Amino acid sequence: MSSPSGNIVSLSGVAKSYGAVRALVGVDLLVDAGECLGLVGHNGAGKSTLMNVLAGTLVPDRGSIVVSGGDRTANYKVSLAHDLGIRCVFQELSLCPNLTVAENARIFHPNLKGWGWRGRAGRMIIGKLDEIFPNHGIADDDVVGDLSIGKRQMVEIARAFTVTDEPLHLVILDEPTSSLDAVTAQQLLTFMRKVVGEGRSCILISHLLGEILGYSDRIVVMRDGAVVAEKPAGAFDRNSLVAAMGDVADEDKIEAHERIEKARGETPVVVRACPQTAGNGRELIAHKGEIVGLAGLAGHGQTRMLLQIYDAVGKRTASTDVAGPVSLVAGDRQTDGIFHLWSIGQNVTVRSLRSMVRGLLIDPAREKAQAEEWKDRIKIKTPDMANNILSLSGGNQQKALFARALGSDAEIVLMDDPMRGVDIGTKLEVYDLIRQEAEEGRTFLWYTTEMDELHNCDHVYVFRNGRIVAELSRSELTEEKVLQSSFEESAAS
Amino acid sequence: MTGNLAGILRKLGDKPWIWSYLGMILIWLATVTYTMGQGGGSIISAALSFATFTVIVGIGQMFVITTGPGNVDLSIPATIALSGAICMKVMDGSNAMLPVGVLIALGTGIAVGAFNYMLIRVLRIPPIIATLSASFLILSTAIAYGRGLKIKPPPLLADFTTMKIAGIPLLAVFIIVFAILASILLNRTLYGRSVLAIGQNMRAAWLAGINVERIRYATYTLSAILAGFCGLLLAGFSGGASLDMGSEYLLASIAVVVIGGTSVAGGKSNIPGIWGASLFMFLLVTMLNTFGASAGIRLIMTGLIIVAVITVAGGDKQQR
Repeated sequence: MSSPSGNIVSLSGVAKSYGAVRALVGVDLLVDAGECLGLVGHNGAGKSTLMNVLAGTLVPDRGSIVVSGGDRTANYKVSLAHDLGIRCVFQELSLCPNLTVAENARIFHPNLKGWGWRGRAGRMIIGKLDEIFPNHGIADDDVVGDLSIGKRQMVEIARAFTVTDEPLHLVILDEPTSSLDAVTAQQLLTFMRKVVGEGRSCILISHLLGEILGYSDRIVVMRDGAVVAEKPAGAFDRNSLVAAMGDVADEDKIEAHERIEKARGETPVVVRACPQTAGNGRELIAHKGEIVGLAGLAGHGQTRMLLQIYDAVGKRTASTDVAGPVSLVAGDRQTDGIFHLWSIGQNVTVRSLRSMVRGLLIDPAREKAQAEEWKDRIKIKTPDMANNILSLSGGNQQKALFARALGSDAEIVLMDDPMRGVDIGTKLEVYDLIRQEAEEGRTFLWYTTEMDELHNCDHVYVFRNGRIVAELSRSELTEEKVLQSSFEESAAS
Repeated sequence: MTGNLAGILRKLGDKPWIWSYLGMILIWLATVTYTMGQGGGSIISAALSFATFTVIVGIGQMFVITTGPGNVDLSIPATIALSGAICMKVMDGSNAMLPVGVLIALGTGIAVGAFNYMLIRVLRIPPIIATLSASFLILSTAIAYGRGLKIKPPPLLADFTTMKIAGIPLLAVFIIVFAILASILLNRTLYGRSVLAIGQNMRAAWLAGINVERIRYATYTLSAILAGFCGLLLAGFSGGASLDMGSEYLLASIAVVVIGGTSVAGGKSNIPGIWGASLFMFLLVTMLNTFGASAGIRLIMTGLIIVAVITVAGGDKQQR
């Protein structure tokens, strides 16, 4: 087949099935040189599968792959993709946790060898990090496993843009901003435009429609394993994009979600915690039935605060008081959430097994009942809850973790930036569920890096360097105030 | 038709323990063919008798290995020796003291388990080193207590451990029932589920509300208690305790777990496989004996065959 000279990549008729689940039903995709292609769609629409095919990590059942005008369908694999200048930043991070930042950079570049390779690799990766994320605070000899998920994501992104002697034509960014806060996300997107301006191409996958609309040249919408719309970015607005994805939700519905402010302090205090790292006397307080937001830049002590609360259950500590059982929705699902050998159902019910014991044994009927109940309530996209958890897309795995926490007896639910990789339709459903549960007396502590989500909260605490630096009620909450407190050097206390 | 066959093969692939039973049958057939049908029944009877002890400690080892990479109990042989020595000494051949002996086996296990776990948890020593160094201390205790060694077991215990009904050892029947109970413990109780969860991801298990430390403590204690009982029964079976009667169970307890289809990476275990693998190991030695192999050849062959079986059957692609 002939391809116009401007094409970097041309996929046609790509199909892939996992058993009975058809992840891709025959997809055509063109990427031109010097363009940013935005790719959107629901969880499980096939975006990540398609990108895995393009990156060479998955072999499609059918279809052809043409790169830079040459047909590469036969024996297309990761190393070939890399040689042809295609790089991928995956949603599930692919760095080796036991190696340092410099050593991870070296894995990509086998020609960095001989004396001093570690130093050269370190300078290369840190240079790229400086270029994309000024003031990133990462050193080349940091061990990756010790970095927060946000910083790991930054290293992963920077590594994809490093060049030694092989070409770099196309970088696939699969949910690159899901673990980044607003400021670093902005830095990345600005850098991405600069790279595109230099004639390279990017594919940007994101559930934040603002990023897609604002930073891509052309938008491809996927649904149920197929491309359903493809237009220049200017031809879409938020509503038409949401409609193309198959959502009924729109801006009006998002507005309607915001709730009326309740008077604080009418219900008893269920959580009182003071960050252990630094004492400026500010405490986090949550009343029964409240949704409390933990805001600020990523990795400024919010996760540590949640773990401190989680760990304090049933103990008496000076800094933390928790009344009632607690459950946690992990954001870093691979390390903190998923049991990879188990079925979806077992992953959902693990937190509630205690209530399913009859006599001495776990009652399988009750276990199945809970799994099925949550499959419907949170719409986990699977033919069978007995399938392995890894058969789900990332967003659906996250839904299973929500089901685990919400299905349990916990009165207090801690959420550690849990919406990573979750599409907008699901988010709205989960917001509804959270509100409903809060009205019934559950308390939510919600760490999020997305500004929009803070509007669901009754009360917001802003964190910086492990401390609480500001406290905003619902009516006071603005993006400006949150950002101002996140950066301010002297805390206005 | 082919779909059907593929389905069956996939089902078999899901049950890695099938290989140990298959190997067991093949080896038995080879042996019986060699002897031209002579003694086939008595070989099975002997295999059941001896495999029973491997199964007891193998089940304990399996729970420990299931709690995740790095977890292994190397103090099993020492615990067998200590429990056997103390039990024989205290019971002093008297049937009336048998309940006391049972309590001692139990107590030895609880003490060893607590000591092992204290090393692992409080002193933060890796389990492999903690249980190995603990086993030196345990064995030294057994040696210091060694005066119990030439004492005959109570007749009731000796009869119980050696009794056969229609060629089937009574003890084996008990341990088959015990294996079924252990399987229920693993799959249908909070404890078992917690062990499986911890083995896959300790941090996620903690964040899912599982008391990780209590479960690990219980698991090391369970393994030590089973080793304690194995010591008591083995002393009864072989007419008295000896200090090295546990030594062959160091490799055996780990080998039967792995050959039986339990994942060394943790989180996935298999109890039927332990029985199959234990019988396989005994029949293997019997076959080599029957073929008239010398002790050296026998050891080499045993080692090679274990490695081969683990490579073929123990390979689990899902392991990370």
